[in-house]
Amino acid sequence: MKNNSPFFLALRRFRRHKLAIASLVLLLVMILLVAGAPFLESLLGVDANEVDLFNRMGPGSADHLLGTDELGRDVLARLLYGGRISLATGLIAACIAATIGTVIGLFAGYFGGKLDAFLMRFTDGVIALPLLPLLIVLAALDLNKIGVPESIAESEDISFYRIILIVALVGWTTVARLVRGATLSFKEREFVMAAVGVGAGSIHIMFRHILPNLLSPIIVAVTLSVGNVILLESVLSFLGLGIQPPMPSWGNMLTNAQELIWQAPLLAVFPGLLIFVTVICFNFLGDGLQDAFDPKAEY
Amino acid sequence: MRRFISIRFAQGLLVLFIMSFVIYSLIGLMPGDPIDLMISSDPNMTAADAAQLRALYGLDLPVYERYLNWLTSALGGDLGYSRLFGQPVLQALFPALKNSVMLLGLAFTISVCIAIPVGTLAASRPRSALDYGVNLAAFAGISIPSFWLALMLIIIFAVFLGWLPAGGIAPAGSGVLENLKYMILPAATLSITSIGSHVRYVRSSMLEVLRQDYIRTAKAKGAHKLQVVWKHALRNAMIPVVTILALDFGYLFSGALITETIFSWPGMGKLIFDSIMGNDFNLALIALLFATALTLTGNLLADICYAWLDPRIVVGENKQ
Repeated sequence: MKNNSPFFLALRRFRRHKLAIASLVLLLVMILLVAGAPFLESLLGVDANEVDLFNRMGPGSADHLLGTDELGRDVLARLLYGGRISLATGLIAACIAATIGTVIGLFAGYFGGKLDAFLMRFTDGVIALPLLPLLIVLAALDLNKIGVPESIAESEDISFYRIILIVALVGWTTVARLVRGATLSFKEREFVMAAVGVGAGSIHIMFRHILPNLLSPIIVAVTLSVGNVILLESVLSFLGLGIQPPMPSWGNMLTNAQELIWQAPLLAVFPGLLIFVTVICFNFLGDGLQDAFDPKAEY
Repeated sequence: MRRFISIRFAQGLLVLFIMSFVIYSLIGLMPGDPIDLMISSDPNMTAADAAQLRALYGLDLPVYERYLNWLTSALGGDLGYSRLFGQPVLQALFPALKNSVMLLGLAFTISVCIAIPVGTLAASRPRSALDYGVNLAAFAGISIPSFWLALMLIIIFAVFLGWLPAGGIAPAGSGVLENLKYMILPAATLSITSIGSHVRYVRSSMLEVLRQDYIRTAKAKGAHKLQVVWKHALRNAMIPVVTILALDFGYLFSGALITETIFSWPGMGKLIFDSIMGNDFNLALIALLFATALTLTGNLLADICYAWLDPRIVVGENKQ
């Protein structure tokens, strides 16, 4: 007997999507690899931060499988650690952005009226902004001038938190619109009426009755936006405004590669290739999930 | 319709006004103000001198007063001087705008000219191998990091093959071919990264149209399949596509920032990046506002196109 609950129906449709399955597997492997970076490092006998000036821009060898960079550091080990930063940034920032968008969308859709008009004009305004230049300005701000305590502003990990915050601040608009639209239609349904009838509060209705119905489109939107966030992070890091060295990220590993493009062109290949593969996997995965949850949408 | 356009125009102006204040304040929060720059170039200056200068130029005032001062003179036509270019701001801005229009125009034309036939072809044979291949290629185009694509193109065509220059712009007065040589790689980067989403828009819009009743009618009266797709359907499928293209064109001006910077193409994107990085506050402020205005214009054009191409839709009359 087949189980025909919505979840299993979606799962069966998802399993037909071979590219999405392959992407999911590849992403899981990648996450495992970067999570095990310290272990793999010792297994290979290399150190991501060990500088070896006598062995700069070396080709691939038994010691350094993918060669060494301009300071003689092992490229493979740096790719693994860079992947940690890039994947973590993408996942965390996309989730924060989705949370902001969900709250804004729920409030706008449920309460309607002036609040809705205000929130949606605000969203339209944010969507109409030139995103990249604005991100660059935000990334270049002097943290001391905004009143961030010096001990935090000067700490080593600050560039990581900062980039997550910046990207999340501009990335919530898609989810906000999506959630608002769906909330508008759900709030007229009988189960919401019933909840209102038995005296449930607005917050309770929004988060306990309406939100669970929106989970699948939100999951699709988050998956699709992880790819975008990774692209934004890598661009900003590439320009020297995102993750700061010595902390490696796939984006900032390409910064020096551009200057060395005549001496060591191959240094530029691997970090970008990994960004490309990761982003395309998240996009395939999102596409597959969309088909699985909402089979009528595309064809 | 006229009412709708004027409302949207007023909204755009309001967003622009708010943005001018936001960008003004943000730029004030970036490291280094003009006096810091003076101190770093003149070791004899004391802290007292600096304070005096700040008071003289009004830099010790609260941010909204400084903003009002700037706004008054800007509206009076005085946009200030660019530090990097040593020219009035607008004189630095216009050549960059011209260069951007050239490059983006080329890239945009290439992208649209390929996307429309390819997207239509894929939609006319849904779930075929062709459709699958186009979809795959479109996803690749969307997912490729533009700066990495640019680097790869430079490595292949400038470093290994030596066919094309790695960046820059043709010297003034050179012929069309020479100019084109410098534009090929940046234009290719821009069109490859935008073509994916364009193809997907065309395809999904076309699929939507092909499901309509009048398409079935056209088929039923015996029209050839090619005629149905390329004549009856394409026209209607273009309506949402044109609006999306108008929207996209506005974004292109700031979106080309990376490509222009990597290829040292002296356009708007590179100008914005250089002015932010080089503490050229006057220029950065105006260039950013200009980019915002262009994006907003793109949005407005998209809405107008939509209403104009499809008279059934009355935009703004509460779509919900």
